Formats: sequence, structure tokens, C-alpha cells
Amino acid sequence: MATHNFKHALFCAIVTIIIAYPILGLNLVAQGTTVGLEGATPGTVISVILAAVVVFLFQLFRDNIMASLGKLPKLNPLSGREPMPQAKRVKMESWVLTGIIVLALFWPFFVSRGSVDLATLVLIYVMLALGLNVVVGLAGLLDLGYVAFYAVGAYTFALLSQYFGFTFWMALPIGALLAALFGLMLGFPVLRLRGDYLAIVTLGFGEIIRILLNNWTAVTGGPNGIGGIPEPTLFGMEFGRRVKEEGNTSFHETFGIAYSGEHKVIFLYLIALVLAVITALVIRRLMRMPVGRAWEALREDEIAARSLGMSRTAVKLSAFTIGAFFAGFAGTVFASKQGFISPESFVFLESAIILAIVVLGGMGSQVGVILAAIAVTILPELAREFSDFRMLVFGAAMVLMMIWRPQGLMPMRRIHIELKQQE
Amino acid sequence: MQDLLYFFQQLVNGLTIGSTYALIAIGYTMVYGIIGMINFAHGEIYMIGAYTALIAITGLATLGIAWLPVILVVALICAVIVSSSMGWAVERVAYRPVRGRHRLIPLISAIGMSIFLQNYVHLAQGSRNIGFPALIDGSFRFGPADSFQLSLSYMQITIFITTLICMTLLSLFISRSRIGRACRAVSQDLGMANLLGIDTNRIISATFVIGAALAAVAGLLLGLYYGSVDPLFGFIAGLKAFTAAVLGGIGSIPGAMLGGLILGVSESMTSGYLSGEYKDVVSFSLLILILLFKPTGLLGKPEVEKI
Repeated sequence: MATHNFKHALFCAIVTIIIAYPILGLNLVAQGTTVGLEGATPGTVISVILAAVVVFLFQLFRDNIMASLGKLPKLNPLSGREPMPQAKRVKMESWVLTGIIVLALFWPFFVSRGSVDLATLVLIYVMLALGLNVVVGLAGLLDLGYVAFYAVGAYTFALLSQYFGFTFWMALPIGALLAALFGLMLGFPVLRLRGDYLAIVTLGFGEIIRILLNNWTAVTGGPNGIGGIPEPTLFGMEFGRRVKEEGNTSFHETFGIAYSGEHKVIFLYLIALVLAVITALVIRRLMRMPVGRAWEALREDEIAARSLGMSRTAVKLSAFTIGAFFAGFAGTVFASKQGFISPESFVFLESAIILAIVVLGGMGSQVGVILAAIAVTILPELAREFSDFRMLVFGAAMVLMMIWRPQGLMPMRRIHIELKQQE
Repeated sequence: MQDLLYFFQQLVNGLTIGSTYALIAIGYTMVYGIIGMINFAHGEIYMIGAYTALIAITGLATLGIAWLPVILVVALICAVIVSSSMGWAVERVAYRPVRGRHRLIPLISAIGMSIFLQNYVHLAQGSRNIGFPALIDGSFRFGPADSFQLSLSYMQITIFITTLICMTLLSLFISRSRIGRACRAVSQDLGMANLLGIDTNRIISATFVIGAALAAVAGLLLGLYYGSVDPLFGFIAGLKAFTAAVLGGIGSIPGAMLGGLILGVSESMTSGYLSGEYKDVVSFSLLILILLFKPTGLLGKPEVEKI
């Protein structure tokens, strides 16, 4: 056994060096027209060797380490605790949520413009993640092209405003409905496919949309994107220093206060907040309705669900369309916030980030997904010097979550009937 | 005559690209045939193969070795060793612990691995694309000298020959060797093969290693053909190769070869006769259509869903 372990450990250590050293230790540098090779710093070489030693030792004493890990007390201090009764938990949750929303309403008036701007972005991601959560978490359909619907929402608003002068409020429902229509159109044929094929087809669809946006220069402006997208107005009151459109008044003049650029940012934040809350509430209700239960039933066991008379296509299609609808919502807000959009914002990586949020938060769990959206958007901003490592960490986190905690950080708990145990 | 030459030029270009797609597609198809998962990180393994080959070529150039066969062979061996180790490690770290769980879990793990590897190379080697030296120059030319000529470059010939050798070796390996026979047994029935004393874990590892080695060969060839490499190089190529695997019938090795060639030709015809920008649209549409209307592909066996 010991020699076997030793051989295996040696092999693993060698593999570690082979996969780490050439890529990390030998850097290609362009020298004019040719390419040169540069050795890395001694620090990198030492860390590669150190990694190999760690792998070697771990594999050598693997059995012992695993055995002693099993004996360790559980790290989670709450694991032994009795679960809270459901009625109490639901009550507490709704109080906490109300508190958070009230806090979120008043918070932007006391902080800097930059943080409000970031918070708006967080809320857009919350909407996207909640929408994708319906598709991936509840219905169990892996959609890798979710960003396409986001793009449809954003481009609908941009194009409508550019060519027909639509305002934000007119474009918002149209963008969301058009995104839903795209979801319906894509979903109708592809939902017959099995899970992993569906993932690849949606990925292909997302890429097709992006390539079309990139190359249909006459309408979408191609890689240059569309600029000058108007900001939302409040009952015809604009937030700019001067009124751009005839018939509108400006916000600061109407209320007789000094002009400030912050008004606009805060207003956008509040719109995003309201829309995110609406998204969360609508999905929350849907989850408890028959259609929400059907999503989960189909996810858990398709054959059983179908034999109980559920229409597979209708149920899956409803999830797909609703997910697309909220992506369209988020897209419209995004276009309005940025004032400029281009296909650059709608690459596959964006889909992967939203998927990572859903996976980290816990598929199906609304609170978990919202917290994950906040964490994933804010953490890289807080640690700017590590922002290069953001995607590296995401990738690793997705793998580790799937291995150790596929249900996510805050797994979903369904409202259910609890039977009292008879004495 | 002109039109015919132009058509043959597109055909040659398409077959060149297609044969490298076929090399990558084999990795997808073998893994899918055995454990039924899409190895999303396969494109990244191919990209790492291309990077390693470039590192080896540059390293040899710095050492002053200029004899072409030595450079190519050393680059090939380095790329194959690093990529295979990567393939082995990826399976071990990210796929084995989640094997046998719900279908989406290994897939998400694979997507995570793909993002991880992309950024690993991005951080280590920078995000800019780096030029491959043009090692194999020159071409045969056919047709009248004063107008359109059909050109068949030495690079394209190298690609054909290398692909042909790899495919032959693989077919022999799968049909004749002990491990190849075990691979076929495992892909037919994993549980039964296990009962009959085949170390299925080893066979699955072997599949990943073989797939990664072929992807590394493709990485070297396509790197030389396109003349540059960047960390995102693997993503689209991986998707194309997956399309090829599905087109030919996923799980079937001859299918992957056929699918790669068909995809390559249809792509080059699109860029030759329509527009280069839309060639990706054509291949993804092809993927969607095939999955919708003939999910078993051209040479795949129909899958009976077991309850």
C-alpha cells in the first residue's frame, strides 16, 4: 500500500510540475516582430516547486489525512441546531427583507455617487440572476446563452430610442416583452432536447445573437455600438441640467432645488431597486403557484411529472420565457444606465458570470442568489488589485462548489406542510 | 475554369480546417461516449497545447536549433505531454468527484474549469495574441499564372498528413490494443465492464489523455496555420469541434472525423461565397439544426432512454 501510494504521489507531483512550469515559468514576450522567451521570477519557480511538494505530501499521506479529517468536529456551529419552525422562519425572513428594502431606499442619499452607481449595477445583476434562477435553478434547464436576452432588451431600447425616439418608460415593457418573445421562439424548438444539448444550443444561440449585433452594422452600429441612449424621466421631468426634449420640465427647477448630477444617479438606482424588488416578488409568487411547483417537479423527475399529466413543453417554455422577460428588463435598465451599448457587453463570459452567481448562491434559492449577486459584483471592486484574478477565482469556485456543495451556499427551502409528531 | 479553381480552393481550405476540427472533436466524442458528459474544458486544453508548442519552438530558437524536423517533433512532444497531463489532472480534480451525479453538475464543473484554465493562461502569458513563427512556408500553385491560382500550401499538406497519421494510429489503438478494447467495452456498459475486472477509472483517465494529446496536435497545427495564439483561442475552436462531434454523431469516432470535415468545408464555403463574418453563424446554426432534427448525428447510434 505504501509503495503504491508513493508511486502515485510521485506521479501527481510530476504532473503538477508539467502543467504548471511551462505556462507559468516560461513567458512569451513579443520582441518587435519575433517572439522571445523569458524565465519567470525565482518566486514563481519556487511556488511551482512548493505546489508540487504539497501535492506529493498530500497524496502520500492521503489516507491518513482523509481519516483524520473525518474525525474533526464539524466546522459549522449551527449544524447541530434544531431547524427553525417554518412559520417562524417565514415571518423572520419577510421582516428581514422588508428591513433591507427600506434600508436600500434611503441608503443612496448618504453615500458617494460612485457607490450608488455600483449599487445600480449590482441590482441589474440581481435581476439577471433572479431571472436565470427560474430557468436553471427552478426548471433545471441549463441556459448558457442567457446574455442574448439581456442583449435583446438593451438593444431594443437603444434602437427604439435612436430611430423612433421612444423614452425609457415606453421601451421598458417592449424590451422585456421582445426578450420574452425571443425566449419563446428559441425555447419552442429546443426544449425537447436533453439537458446538456440544451446548454450547447443556447450557447450557440447567444453567440449567434452577438455575431449578428456585431456585423449588422447598418442597424446596430456593429462593434461601435449605439450611444446617446436617453435617461429615464420622472413624470416628464428630466434630470439633466437643461431640458433636451420639448414639453418636458427639469427636475431641479420644478422642485426649486439646486442642480446636482447625483439626482440622476439616485433616480436610476431607485428605478433599478423597484424593478429588482418587482422581479423578486413576481418570481416569489410564481414559485408558490402551480406553475412553479410544476417547474420543480419536472426538474426532479421528468418521467414522473409527465405521467401525472404535465405538459413538458408548456412548463419548460413558461420558465424559459419568464427568465428571458426579466433579462429584457435588466437589459433596458443597463442600456439606460450606461447610455451606450455595444456587443462587447454581451459576451459568453457575461452568461458565465450570471450562471456562477446562481450556482454560488444556491440554485433555486432567492435569498442566496441575491446575496451572491451582491458579493460577486462588489468584491472585485473592493479588491481592485486582485481584479485580474476575479475570473480565475470564479472558475475555481464553480468547480469547488459542484464538488462540495452543489446545492449552493444557501440552499433553497420550499414552503411545505409540517406534520406535528404525535406524542 | 476560374470558378472551378475558386471552388477547389475553398474545398482545400475547408478540409484543412476541418481535419483539425476532427482532431479536437475526437476528445469530445470519446469522453461523451464513455461517461456521457460534455468536456467543456477541452477547447482550453487545445489552447494550452498551442501555447506549449509555441514555448517549445521559441525555446529551441533561443538555443540556436534551426533544423525544422527537430523543432516540429520537439514542439509536438512537449505540447502532447503538457496537454495530456492537463487532461489527466482536469479529469482527476474536477470531473471524477462529481461523476454520476445529476447531469448538470459535471457540466457546470466543466464550465468552471474552462473559465479557470482560460484565465490561468491569461494571467501567466498575458491577454495579447502572440505570433507563431512561419516555420513551413511556400506552396504548390495550380492554374494560369495571370489570374486566380489554386494554392496548396506546404502547411496544409503537413496538416493533412499529420491528421491522417493521428487518425490511423488512433483507429489501430482503439481496435487492436488492450486499452482500446477496454475503452470500447466501457463505452458500451460501464458497470458491466467494471464487474468484469476492467479498472474503469483508469480507462476514463486514458480517454481524457488520448483526447488531450490529439487536441495538442491540433493546437500545434492550427497555431502554425493561423500564425498566432491567444488565451481565448480555445473557446470558439472547442465549440466548433463540439459541433463537429455532434454532427457526426456524438460517441462515434469515425463520426467525429466526418463531422469535422463537413463542418470545415461548410465554413470555408460560407466565407468564400457569402461573407467571412457569418461563418460562425452558419456553424452554430448547423449545430442547432442537427440537434433539433437528428440529435444522433450522421453516424451515431440512436440512444434509448432508460427508465
